[in-house]
Amino acid sequence: MGEQAPAIELKGISKAFGPVQANKDISIRVMPGTIHGIIGENGAGKSTLMSILYGFYKADKGEIFISGQKTEIPDSQAAIAAGIGMVFQHFKLVENFTVLENIILGAEDGGLLTPSLAKARKTLLELEHEYGLNVDPDAVIEELGVGMQQRVEILKALYRQADILILDEPTGVLTPAEADQLFRILDRLRQEGKTIILITHKLREIMEATDTVSVMRRGEMTATVKTSETSPAELAELMVGRKVLLRVDKTPAKPGNVVLDVKGLRVVDDKGVERIKGIDLQVRAGEIVGIAGVAGNGQSELLEVLGGYADATGEIRVNGQPLELSGKLADGRTRRARGIAHVPEDRQREGLIMDFSAWENTAFGYHRDPGYQSGVLLNNAAIRTDTEEKMNRFDVRPPNPALAAKNFSGGNQQKIVLAREIERNPDLLLVGQPTRGVDIGAIEFIHQQIVALRDKGKAVLLVSVELEEILALADRVAVMFDGHIMGERLSAETDEKELGLLMAGVTA
Amino acid sequence: MDFLTFVQLLDSTVRLATPLLLACLAGLFSERAGIFDIGLEGKMLAAAFFSAAIAAVTGSVWLGLLAGITASMAFSLLHGVASITFRGNQLISGVAINFLAAGLTVLIAQDWFSQGGRTPSLMGGGRFEPITLPFADALDGVPVLGPIYRELISGHSILVYVAFAMVPLTWWILFRTRFGLRLRAVGENPAAVDTAGVSVVGLRYAAVIICGVLCGIAGAYLSTALQAGFVKDMSAGRGFIALAALIFAKWRPWYALYATLLFGLFGALETRPDVIEGLFGLKVQGALLGALPYVMTVIILAGFVGKAIPPRAGGKPYVKER
Repeated sequence: MGEQAPAIELKGISKAFGPVQANKDISIRVMPGTIHGIIGENGAGKSTLMSILYGFYKADKGEIFISGQKTEIPDSQAAIAAGIGMVFQHFKLVENFTVLENIILGAEDGGLLTPSLAKARKTLLELEHEYGLNVDPDAVIEELGVGMQQRVEILKALYRQADILILDEPTGVLTPAEADQLFRILDRLRQEGKTIILITHKLREIMEATDTVSVMRRGEMTATVKTSETSPAELAELMVGRKVLLRVDKTPAKPGNVVLDVKGLRVVDDKGVERIKGIDLQVRAGEIVGIAGVAGNGQSELLEVLGGYADATGEIRVNGQPLELSGKLADGRTRRARGIAHVPEDRQREGLIMDFSAWENTAFGYHRDPGYQSGVLLNNAAIRTDTEEKMNRFDVRPPNPALAAKNFSGGNQQKIVLAREIERNPDLLLVGQPTRGVDIGAIEFIHQQIVALRDKGKAVLLVSVELEEILALADRVAVMFDGHIMGERLSAETDEKELGLLMAGVTA
Repeated sequence: MDFLTFVQLLDSTVRLATPLLLACLAGLFSERAGIFDIGLEGKMLAAAFFSAAIAAVTGSVWLGLLAGITASMAFSLLHGVASITFRGNQLISGVAINFLAAGLTVLIAQDWFSQGGRTPSLMGGGRFEPITLPFADALDGVPVLGPIYRELISGHSILVYVAFAMVPLTWWILFRTRFGLRLRAVGENPAAVDTAGVSVVGLRYAAVIICGVLCGIAGAYLSTALQAGFVKDMSAGRGFIALAALIFAKWRPWYALYATLLFGLFGALETRPDVIEGLFGLKVQGALLGALPYVMTVIILAGFVGKAIPPRAGGKPYVKER
């Protein structure tokens, strides 16, 4: 046959939510048997576009062609029927069901389960052979690791005979090794003739895994290029619309006295599981120490202990003086008084109260500040003025202190928290996932602020699951795995590969 | 305590457990699908009234049963519209249903029958009569088995047998059918069901309707089989005890049977203080026994006897994420 029809072709897709134009006249052609990347900042409209393809939303305008056939996709059922399978960023699995039950859910063969399960078991075995996707069909989902769960999602799509697989930010929860494995699987699927759409904001993945790449910015498709003919710098510029510093501009650290000194720290969670199994760690004035690791290996607990909302045993000294690790004085207020500021990992749950205004959020934790008082009452006007000044200095948009936290974008929410904590000029700043869900432009700004604090001679402890961020920002890196620190490296003397192995618990 | 007293005690346990069991299974369907339902009480009460009222007017207990189920289903749909379609708070909707039922039943009863908020006493075809199973008399002479068969197994109304048959049926539906798989999935992770191309709303309405039917039967049993007619507040907290039993049973059908039988036994003992006194030489306040189901539920919830983990998406309206 001559010119092959594209596996998916979108023509002039537009979608608005109220006044917000999420997708503007988007056209794209994805050829069968290729991996096509879609890259863009948060809020660029990638997810909306995929939701339209998967039948979650109806486009206001535009047409969808699957293998040359014009196709209407009013709901997920229709998308599945059209051969589209979706692997969501947050897995859509029933946690206490087995792999097999999850796979047949919605694709059962009849009213009774037994024959459906038997058939699925057989098909699963065939898929395993065909694509090398091994997974125990009788394992319960919640007992599987995230990499395995993702495999189940892929198998779910293949079981429904999907020819087109859409993966939304698939590596966000994976170790570098797991991500490599995923890309090998995707490569195998491509060789078998499947079409893959990979949505991500990570330039590296686009460069490594895709054949072609489309860039989205503010709801528009700004370019589609062959991956081999572009560069990360060009893609970043297309995403943001201006030149972006991919590396953080910073001078070598000049470490001073030990500010944070952790010895033999142990944390047992409320289920009795030991989360931190005796770690030693030092952070000096004028340096940024990054804690790398796959989420859930004890980093969060470390921040919680240092921030004063989890109990621990062992010893922590700040500027030479011991911290209380349990009891009444192990709280955030005492920690703040000791010069520790905390930008928590989950800003929407721990950093802000989403329904409260920016000025109220700015006062939290520091509401006893003499400048905020007016007799026994709070001086709201003073807090508002102070907040507005902070918002201006941190380029929060819009700089309106009366707006509720939930009405700011992720990046601006993070800037509100950061402004609150950094402007207190702490001796030790704890930062968790500073740029999670934050777009590239704001990432640059946030990184600059953290480096500026370091250059003022303050100590910074950074926890992030983004290895790129750790390498760019930290002067020294400690890798956590299963509650232990697997090793420490100077970031100038290590690379992603070495850290990736440590993150997987492999010591060289 | 002689053997016959013992069998009689078990017999009344079964009678008292029946409405609890039906309501408990009703709640099980609803909550397994992620819709919490504290309106079981109100639905039972409404069903009790309409069953008795229609049975009294028409003289047919079957029409009464139908009316009871319809009334209960109407309340179920109300709960469904509030909590599924409009994504309202399920607890508030349930409380509203309880109040609505408590008030409406008495009001309508007074308006229709002018007997102080009661229905007339049901007689003959207006009630579910006990069914005597075959050979009940023939086996009477057999020691041990005879009295058990005659007193305990035979001689109940049809609704009792329906209730007990519902246990394996519910188990089979939940764990052996496509509908059951989807129902359990929608209570655990509705997003998984949605992305699999199955309607979350449809499944949840189906669950809520089944809940209505079972509550309807439970209510009808109260006014047309256990007693002969409706009196004010006759559900007497049974909807709440059924909820307690549901937690006690950890949302599983067979455990629901055991839990409701246990709670039924407490109810039976409440009416026979002499039995306890004879056994243990203690005088126990009836009210104390009445409180036992709640006490035990608190113990379960406190995690002393294993963990009772409710369906994970329970109580949360499903909003499709972007």
